[in-house]
Amino acid sequence: MTNATVTQEPAKHAKRVKAKKPASLWSDAWYDLRRNKIFLIGSALVLILILMAAFPSLFSPIDATKAATCDLAQARKGITSEHWFGTDNLGCDTYSRVIYGARVSIIVGIATGVITAVIGGGLGLLAGFYGRWTDVVLSRLAEMFFAIPVILGALLILAMIGRDKAGAWFVVMALAILAWPMILRIMRASVISAKSQDYVTAARALGAGPGRIMIRHILPNAITPVIVTATLNLGVFIAAEAGLSFLGVGVQPPEISWGLMIGDARNRFLEAPEPLIFPAVFLSITVLAFVMLGDAVRDALDPKLR
Amino acid sequence: MGRYVIRRLLQAIPVLLGTTFLIFATVYALPGDPIAALGGDRLLDPLLVARMRETFHLNDPLLVQYWYYISGVVTGDLGTTFRGVPVASFFQHKIQVTFNLAITALVFEAILGVLLGLYAALRRGRWQDQAILAFTLLLVSVPTLVSGFILQLVLGVKLKLNTGIDFFPVAGIQDGWRSYLVPGLVLAGLSVAYLARLTRTSLMETLRADYVRTAVAKGMPRRRVLGRHVLRNSLIPVITYLGADLGNLMGGAVITETIFNLPGVGQQLFQSVYLRENAVVVGIVTVLVLVYIVANLIVDLLYAVLDPRIRYD
Repeated sequence: MTNATVTQEPAKHAKRVKAKKPASLWSDAWYDLRRNKIFLIGSALVLILILMAAFPSLFSPIDATKAATCDLAQARKGITSEHWFGTDNLGCDTYSRVIYGARVSIIVGIATGVITAVIGGGLGLLAGFYGRWTDVVLSRLAEMFFAIPVILGALLILAMIGRDKAGAWFVVMALAILAWPMILRIMRASVISAKSQDYVTAARALGAGPGRIMIRHILPNAITPVIVTATLNLGVFIAAEAGLSFLGVGVQPPEISWGLMIGDARNRFLEAPEPLIFPAVFLSITVLAFVMLGDAVRDALDPKLR
Repeated sequence: MGRYVIRRLLQAIPVLLGTTFLIFATVYALPGDPIAALGGDRLLDPLLVARMRETFHLNDPLLVQYWYYISGVVTGDLGTTFRGVPVASFFQHKIQVTFNLAITALVFEAILGVLLGLYAALRRGRWQDQAILAFTLLLVSVPTLVSGFILQLVLGVKLKLNTGIDFFPVAGIQDGWRSYLVPGLVLAGLSVAYLARLTRTSLMETLRADYVRTAVAKGMPRRRVLGRHVLRNSLIPVITYLGADLGNLMGGAVITETIFNLPGVGQQLFQSVYLRENAVVVGIVTVLVLVYIVANLIVDLLYAVLDPRIRYD
């Protein structure tokens, strides 16, 4: 695999010789990433957010999942020393709710990203490698899903599931059903160009079967654009979840989601902006963190796109 | 060219059939009985219910129902709602609202995106370029959900209170074209960022091309080099992106429509899903998919006009 990568990337090869240490595309990309400020800031933010999603109690003394922590008499009181981000319509502490809301965003972003990459990547590999009718069937199927607007399609799927059952994992499912074709297209194109390389012919001449050629030779050389797109998509999925929850079809109370908080606060927005502003700021920072990560990964893995 | 158009149109047919079937099957599986929903809290006369189910083919299997629907669509009939209103006339105005919104966004996108990208490419590597790149990163990161409320507050409320300027309506469509300005800007946000980056990359590639160096070397004025050689060639991917984005903007407008209270198709779809107006739901998505497919087709054909090197046959 290293040999194949190096023949594809002569510039990287030259750099490697100068640096006098063994490097594949991956270790080269890692070398670039560690020196990229955007990557460092983005990944630091993402790590904090993951920590927040896994252990919200580390960040907030109040357990926002307990209704007893809310006090109707304290509703929309603005910023106080007790409630740093103010209180919402039900008198719940906005700060702790924002912290506890990170979980849904992180789950939806990462899970949808991984699922679409696996399904779209897998089917794209098959379509690109086998061509002919496999390609025709898979590509047409992908086009059918691709033509459906994501938010509207997800709205329909979630309505079909029913509001009483809808939760974060159903949002993941709805988004994944609509988003995999994009990855399939990218993987397919990438596989088709990798398939005609000499090292594939060599492997075939040496008697490697289709499974081995796909996994050992084509996949490692075709997967970079998929990783780039999947990383950039994480922010898109997080924004989509917030939008769906805002519309009332995504995550349902008592689960906490930033989109849901924005939707709840919207009618009293002018008199009490805090319960809307703070989840909005956290949502934007989270999307920003993942976009920075995606941008940096793209620059490291695919210098041509810069 | 003619053969290419026909082939593309033929390719669009299975996609359109498949997509409408997917939507039809999803709507078919929606929970609850649409006829019972018509009565609201009251129970309807069973005879009436039976008659309605017969009229709307609700007792037939999914595929048969789909066949009735799609044969109607082929003859230009999008069906009638359960209340007997033709679907097409029912959402004609809603489509118009969403279309106006998407076109406004597209105009903002084209102007801001191209100008930002052009300026960044010409100032490559300097602070102006860095600032524009940082700005696009910010635009990508702020979801419409957030930018919508911020602009509503800043332009619609604060500006009016502090300066008395009441030029930007931020809810409803009663102010004509002005109603679409702020929502259009919000909807355009993400696309402006993508387009600015695309324009920048495309321009920088063209600026390095041999024919540009030749034009400069033979003493052509900078303005003329940019206009005749650089822009004309580097705007091809930009125009492609703009065309394909119209469908995305129309399909993605639902959140913007909700924030700014615009009665467009997104809002209508949302209501119709819960009222179980199946024909309206399928009709809206069918129209949006059609817009998407046709916009992409036009863009592909534009390619041939803009770049004579590309031949279709």
